[in-house]
Amino acid sequence: MEKTKPKIKLAVYWAAACGGCCVSVLDVHEKLFEVVASADLVFWPIALDIKYSDVEEMADGSIDVTLFNGAIRNSENEHMAKLLRQKSRILVAYGSCSHLGGIPGLANFSNKEEIFKRVYEECESTVNRDKIRPQPENKVPEGILELPVFYNDVRPLDRVVEVDYYLPGCPPQTERLVEVFMAIVTGAHLPHKGSVIGAGSKAQCEECARKKTENKQIKKFYRPWEIIDDGITCFMEQGILCMGPATRLGCGHRCIAGNAPCRGCYGPVSDDSDPGTKMMSAISSIIDAKEPDDIEKVLEDLVDTAGTFYRFSLPSSMIRRKMI
Amino acid sequence: MSNNADFKPKILAFLCNWCSYTGADLAGTSRIKYKPNVRAIRVMCSGRIEPTFVLRAFLKGADGVLVCGCHPGDCHYHEGNYKCLRRYHLLQKYIQQMGIEPSRLKLEWISASEGKQFADLVNSFTETISELGPCMIKETMEVLT
Repeated sequence: MEKTKPKIKLAVYWAAACGGCCVSVLDVHEKLFEVVASADLVFWPIALDIKYSDVEEMADGSIDVTLFNGAIRNSENEHMAKLLRQKSRILVAYGSCSHLGGIPGLANFSNKEEIFKRVYEECESTVNRDKIRPQPENKVPEGILELPVFYNDVRPLDRVVEVDYYLPGCPPQTERLVEVFMAIVTGAHLPHKGSVIGAGSKAQCEECARKKTENKQIKKFYRPWEIIDDGITCFMEQGILCMGPATRLGCGHRCIAGNAPCRGCYGPVSDDSDPGTKMMSAISSIIDAKEPDDIEKVLEDLVDTAGTFYRFSLPSSMIRRKMI
Repeated sequence: MSNNADFKPKILAFLCNWCSYTGADLAGTSRIKYKPNVRAIRVMCSGRIEPTFVLRAFLKGADGVLVCGCHPGDCHYHEGNYKCLRRYHLLQKYIQQMGIEPSRLKLEWISASEGKQFADLVNSFTETISELGPCMIKETMEVLT
């Protein structure tokens, strides 16, 4: 019998995520044949019916690579993060949510109580006269029913377990995933632990095709629907807030190519852990106003400052949650 | 917390080399007494002060942050203090959204001849922070889940 090269064992898991990361894995399209030719998918809740208990029975370190997407929002996410860390040789924080906290991380502008109150009491479509809230344990005649415990904070994966690599993006570009996967399969030289893989090391602006001039002067910020973009000039020069200056390269400029400003999903540029402060610096340099009143007037148009600058990175930023 | 009589605010002051640090120096050489709660860091220009510096100060336990630069029009580097002013306004907007009292961050222009004004500023700012009580950012960031 012909001896085949042993396949690597691959797992994909979603925690607090929208499912888009898992779909980005599916987006390898016909390359999936190459992937399954060299890898066995041992755990992938979106596609395969493998139970948590099956994972628990696997030997420690027996999964070669786990792509973990989603942030840590509740005790189930945390349990699976710890379990998959134990079972995996390489744990990859896949996508913005596990890398930085992502969109679910914006929940750090409120806390558990505020969220529960809104969802289970105040929401216009909610009828809940007895103000019932989810309980971690519920006694029923058949036994005890359990629900995960909802946490106060959303955390990125590396606040819970050790992470080997980060593959940023919302979702990560599938081409990057294939490159990284092939590098692992072929045993290519892997970067040092803790590296961001499948992305560049410079800011978006570095390779942005839009026309930029030295004379950047913002007199007014426009929201994208308030202005007709000329399709050629740098968004910032037109007064449209673009996260490009504080965002890592690697996405292939898909938003900008589609005439939408960068929202910052690839996270901060190397060696800079806080994209928001970087962005505040950048913007302040190009606002065309010197008097406090004029400055305030320009800034008035920046609706939701914190949410815009930390859209994908609030839980991993310096002030990672609102004070309560 | 503000009724805590033992509370001694920790205030970090970023002073520009050309005006404000010299102004603070003048307060010293003129033997003006002022509250000892301020720790000064000299930077070359108020335009050098990145928002990161301010946030890190709060994270490391500062109860208030004071930023001082040359008066508008007097910047040694022409425009640095205007950059600082704009950052300050933007930072104020941001910290307010994060639930941090805006009065914990203050920007004032102090020239090299304004030793007295610097001493007064330190005294009044220390008082403001004493009334506000300790800043809870450090503690909040340490608590998980």
